[in-house]
Amino acid sequence: MGLTVSPPGVLFAVLGAASLLLPFLTLRANRIVAGEGAAPWEVAGPTVTIAALTAIAAGLACGLLPSRPWLRFAGSLLSLAGLIFLLSRGAANLLGDAGDLARVSPAAGFWCLLSVVMLLMADAIGGLQPGPRLRLGLLTLVLGALALLLWSGALNDLSPMQEYRTRAAAFRTATWRHVALALGSLGVAAAIGFPLGILAFRKARVRAVTLPVLSFLQTIPSLAMFGIMIPILGWVGATVPGAQAVGIAGIGFAPAFVALLLYSLLPVVANTVAGLGSVPAASVEAARGMGMTGPQRFWTVELPLALPVILAGLRIVLVQNIGLAVIAGLIGGGGYGTFVFQGLNQTATDLILLGALPTVLMALVAAILMDIVVEVAQPTLNRKNT
Amino acid sequence: MIEIDHITKTYGDINAVDAVSMVIETGTITVVVGTSGSGKTTLLRMINRLVEPTSGEVRINGEPTHAVAPYLLRRRIGYAIQGHGLFPHQTVARNIASVPRLLDWPTDKINARVDELLSLFGMDPAEFRDRYPQELSGGQQQRVGVARALASRPDLLLMDEPFGALDPIIRARAQDDLKEIQRKLGSTIVLVTHDMDEAIRLGDRVGVMDGGKLVQYAPPEDIVERPASGFVANMVGDAERPMRLLSLIPVGDLTEDGAAEGAMLPDTASLRDALSACLWTGRDAVPVERDGAQIGRVTLAAIRHRVGQHA
Amino acid sequence: MILRLALLGLLLGLVLRPHAFVWMFEPFAPDRSTAIYDRASLLSLSLNHLALVAAASLAATIVAVALAIFVTRPAGAPFRPLSRTITNIGQSFPPVAVLALAVPALGFGARPTLVALFLYGLLPIFENALTALSTLPPRTMEAARGMGLNRWQRLAQVELPLAAPVILAGIRVSVMIALGTATIGSTVAARTLGEPIIAGLLTNNTAFVLQGGLIVGLFAVLIYDAFVQIENRLLDRRRKPVARKVA
Repeated sequence: MGLTVSPPGVLFAVLGAASLLLPFLTLRANRIVAGEGAAPWEVAGPTVTIAALTAIAAGLACGLLPSRPWLRFAGSLLSLAGLIFLLSRGAANLLGDAGDLARVSPAAGFWCLLSVVMLLMADAIGGLQPGPRLRLGLLTLVLGALALLLWSGALNDLSPMQEYRTRAAAFRTATWRHVALALGSLGVAAAIGFPLGILAFRKARVRAVTLPVLSFLQTIPSLAMFGIMIPILGWVGATVPGAQAVGIAGIGFAPAFVALLLYSLLPVVANTVAGLGSVPAASVEAARGMGMTGPQRFWTVELPLALPVILAGLRIVLVQNIGLAVIAGLIGGGGYGTFVFQGLNQTATDLILLGALPTVLMALVAAILMDIVVEVAQPTLNRKNT
Repeated sequence: MIEIDHITKTYGDINAVDAVSMVIETGTITVVVGTSGSGKTTLLRMINRLVEPTSGEVRINGEPTHAVAPYLLRRRIGYAIQGHGLFPHQTVARNIASVPRLLDWPTDKINARVDELLSLFGMDPAEFRDRYPQELSGGQQQRVGVARALASRPDLLLMDEPFGALDPIIRARAQDDLKEIQRKLGSTIVLVTHDMDEAIRLGDRVGVMDGGKLVQYAPPEDIVERPASGFVANMVGDAERPMRLLSLIPVGDLTEDGAAEGAMLPDTASLRDALSACLWTGRDAVPVERDGAQIGRVTLAAIRHRVGQHA
Repeated sequence: MILRLALLGLLLGLVLRPHAFVWMFEPFAPDRSTAIYDRASLLSLSLNHLALVAAASLAATIVAVALAIFVTRPAGAPFRPLSRTITNIGQSFPPVAVLALAVPALGFGARPTLVALFLYGLLPIFENALTALSTLPPRTMEAARGMGLNRWQRLAQVELPLAAPVILAGIRVSVMIALGTATIGSTVAARTLGEPIIAGLLTNNTAFVLQGGLIVGLFAVLIYDAFVQIENRLLDRRRKPVARKVA
C-alpha cells in the first residue's frame, strides 16, 4: 500500500489536539465545592508548558508512522511522560497560590489525553504482535513505572492522592479485601465448577439441569443478588451452629463472597463443558483405542486440549469478579467499593476515583495476565505464529 | 492367528454384527468391506473391545481377548482411524511414542523407535520429530497416525477407513506404502473400508459384510470371479469385474515362450497393464522381461482366455 | 409457555398491584415497617428503568453496528486492530466503575447512568457484529458479487441479514448487562428499580430488596427469553427449507 500515515494515528493526533482545548486541571477551594478548570497552557510556567506540550505533540506525531510500531510505542511513552510531567508540575503550581484547603484534580482534558495516549500505546503494541513473554515484559514495565511514579511523590499534590494519604491504611485493607473477594470466590467457584462441569459434560441429564439454573442466576441483577444474599446468610448465621463463629453473617464479607461465587459458576461450568466438547472426537477415540485408561485419557488428552477454553472461562470470571466486588462496598463487604460509595454519598469525586481507578487497573492487569496464560496453554498456536 | 468365533453385537432388536466367524492368518492383510451400516466398524471395534460383543469371542494366538483387561489388550493392538486422531497438543514424536510410554519403555528405546518409524515412513526424523500435527500435510498426518499405531510392534494392527480423508492420488500412494511396510515388517492387519477398489488392492483376503453378516470371505480373485451373492457382485460392479480381475493377476502367470514386438513389460506388471498396452498400441502380444532380459510374451488371446475362465 | 405467562402475570401483579403481595413480603420486613416500597410507585420506577435501558441499548446498537460496518469496509480496515483492542480493554472495565467514573464528569442522576449504559453496551454488540460481518460464508459473498449486487445492496440484502442473529445475540448480552447496571444507577440518584433495593439495604428492610430484585429479575428473565425466541426464529427460517426437502 502507498499509505504513508497511519489512519488511527491521524485519529489520535486529532483527538489529542482537541483534548488540549478542554480544561486540564480543576482547582477547587476545598474538597467538596465545584471548581474552576484550567487549560493546559494555564497550569504551569512557560518552560514547563512548552516542554510538556512539545513532548505530547512529538509523541503523537510518532504515532502517525504506520510501519514503525516500536517508534509508535516510544512515541506513546514520550507523550505519556509529557502528560504526567505537566500534571505533576501543574498541580504544584496551582496549589502554590491557593489556600490550605484547596484541591487540584485532573480534569476532562487530562483524562481524554491519557485515553488517547493509552490507545496509541495499545495500537502500537498491537502492531508489534508481541508474544506472551514480550507482553509480560511490557506489562511489568508499565506497572513498574506507575509504582515508581506513585512512590516518588510526584503526584502527591493531586486530590485523589490526598484522599489516599488520609486513608492509606484503609486503602491497604480494601485492596486485600478486594483481592480476597475476587480471587477467593474464583478459587471456590473453580473448585466446585470444574468437577461439576466434567460431570455435566459426561451426563446429559446433569447438563440439562445445571446450565439453565446457572444461566438463570446470571440474569439476576448484581445489586439484587447481593441484596438477596443478606437475609439468606443472615438466616444461616443465626440458625446453623458455629456459622457465626467463622464469620457468616447477613452483612459483610460472607454475602458478597457467596454472591460473587454464584455469578462465577456459570462461566466456569459452561467453559469446562465447552472445552471438553471441543476436544476432537478422533483424538479421544484414538486414546481409547491405544489402551489409555480413563484417568490417563483425561489427564493426558482431554484436559490439556480443553485447558485453553477452561482458562478463558476463568479469565471472564476473574475480570467480572473484580468489577462486581465493588458492589460489596454497599453491603459492608469491604473492598474498593467502600470508597466508591462513600464518595458517591459525599459527592466527593476524588474519593470515587480512589475506589474506581484501582478497580479498573486491577481488572485490566488481570485481563492481560489471563490472556497471556491462555495463550501459553496453547503450545501449538504459539509455534504456528513464530 | 486371530480367530473370530461367532461374534454378535445386538443393539436393541438389531444385530449390528450377526454371528460372524473368520480366521485371520498372521502376517496378512485382511480387508473387511461393506456399505455404511453393514457392521464392519462394529466388528473391528469388537476385536480390541472398544465395543463389547454380546456373544461369541475373539482369540489372539489362542488366547481369548476377554481374559485381559480391555486397556491392556488395546496396548497390544495397534489402532489407526480415519482422520488419524493425532493429539493436536503433542509433537509428532510424542504422538508416536504414546503407546511405548504407556508400556513404560525406557526413553532411549522410545526415541530410537520414533526415529526408526519416521524413517520407515519416509519422513526425516530431524525435520519432523518436533513438529505439531497441524503443521503436516494430510498424507503426512495419516502416516504419523499409522506409525503411532505400529510403535510398540503390536501383534495386530486394526485400521478403520485409514485413508478415508485423503484425496485419490495421495490415497493410492498411501495404500502402496502400507502394503510395502506390511511386507517389510510382516505385520498382521485388519482394515475396514467401504471402497471395493481399496479392498482388492490391499487385501490378501477380503471379507464382504452386509446387514451384519459376513456374506463372503475369500481371496480377492475369488471375490471378483465368483461372488457369493448378488450383493457382492454388485459391490464389485459388473462392468468393472474383468478389469478388477486382470489387475490382480501378474503378467508372469500367463507368460509363454515366443516373440513379440514393441516395448517390454516387467513380469510383475498386471494383466490389466498388458491388456492396456495391447489395445493402445494395436499389438496382439507384449514382450515380458525380468531383470532387463526378455523371458517370453503375453498374448491378447491368453488374456481373453483367462478372463473367460471364471464361468 | 405456561411458565412464561405465569412469570409475566407475577411481574404485572408486582408492578401494578404491589399491595396484593403484602403477605408475600411481610415476613421479611422488620417489625413495624412497611412491607411494600411506597416512596415511589413501582410502576414509574419500572418504566423509568426500562426507558433508560431501551434508550441506551438503542443508541449503542446503532453506533456499534455502524462502527462494525465501517471497520469491515476497505476504508475502515486500518482501524480494525484498534477497534479489537478497544473492545478487549473496554470489556474489562467494570460496569460499576464506568458508572462511578461518569459521575465526576456528568453529575448525578440519569445522565451518567445513560452514558455508562451506552458505553458499556457498545462493546458486546460491536464485538458480535464485527465477528458476524467478518466471518460471512465466502461462497455466499462471492455469489452476491457475481450476480452483480453493488456494495450497498450486498450490505443490505446479504451481509446484514446473515449477520442478524449474531448481532442480535450481542444486543441481548448488552441489554442484560444494562438491566443489571441500571439497578446500580440508583446509587447515583437515577430513578430505577435499584431504588427499593438500596433503600432496603440502608434500612435493613429485606422486603424492599426482594421486591426490587424480584421485579428486575423477572424483567431480565422475560426479556432474555424474548430475545432467544427471536434469535431462534431467525435461525429457524434458514433451516426450514432444508428440513422440508429431507422430509
